[in-house]
Amino acid sequence: MAKKPRIKVPDSAKKGEIIQVKTLFSHTMETGLRKDKKTGKVIPRKIINKFECLFNGKEVFSADIHPAVAANPYFAFNCRAEESGEFTFKWTEDGGKVVTATRKMKVS
Amino acid sequence: MTDNKITVAGMERRDFLVTAGAGVVALMAAALVPGRAFAKPEDAEKLITEYTGGKSVSEGRVTLQLPQIAENGNTVPVTVDVDSPMSANDFVKKIHIISEGNPTPYVATFNLTPMTGKAEVSARMRMARTQNVVALAEMSDGSFYAAKQQIKVTIGGCGG
Repeated sequence: MAKKPRIKVPDSAKKGEIIQVKTLFSHTMETGLRKDKKTGKVIPRKIINKFECLFNGKEVFSADIHPAVAANPYFAFNCRAEESGEFTFKWTEDGGKVVTATRKMKVS
Repeated sequence: MTDNKITVAGMERRDFLVTAGAGVVALMAAALVPGRAFAKPEDAEKLITEYTGGKSVSEGRVTLQLPQIAENGNTVPVTVDVDSPMSANDFVKKIHIISEGNPTPYVATFNLTPMTGKAEVSARMRMARTQNVVALAEMSDGSFYAAKQQIKVTIGGCGG
């Protein structure tokens, strides 16, 4: 889970406007149901189990994720632009590893 | 009564055409994975009850967008749209996605806030086989709305 996440948010928006946020995180999302073809052993589960999006520290959107979410978890959601500030995106992997990213947005 | 005709005619030599290689037998080997357990619709029902706490679920307000047929169950786009003003007092708190035919009924839970502005979420999910998918929305006033759609899956996508 080293690759950079892909995030799409507008740089600027009008006050009150509803903007769309798109995120994609490269991850195999190992379900824990697959078996290694050579050894026959079950490949342990390793997924992103939580995704959060905050704006100026306040939660906009979050997702509790189960193995039925496809590899490279993609989420598209909306956000009401009220003030200028910064988005914080957080992906939590099984085992507790967290990757964060930020994006600034100007609101006029 | 019976005319028993014994035809011992002149020995006739015949050429028999032996048609070889004409019979094509198509063997369709069904690729069944033994021992693979799938969730049943009842498991999905149980999960819905777990999410709602036994409250009644109404129809409407929720739009679930899925392709009719998914050629590849590994990534199936899913969009849930809930009719809500998303104001501070009236908004969608949670959207649950529930599968009736995957190894477990859990797919994802989206937590929304009034800041979300519009209750529309897109994601991509895995589908092991042809099944129904349920989108369950929990409103800020504690009511529940749901939508269900069937999706045909050509190639399942839960590994193995």
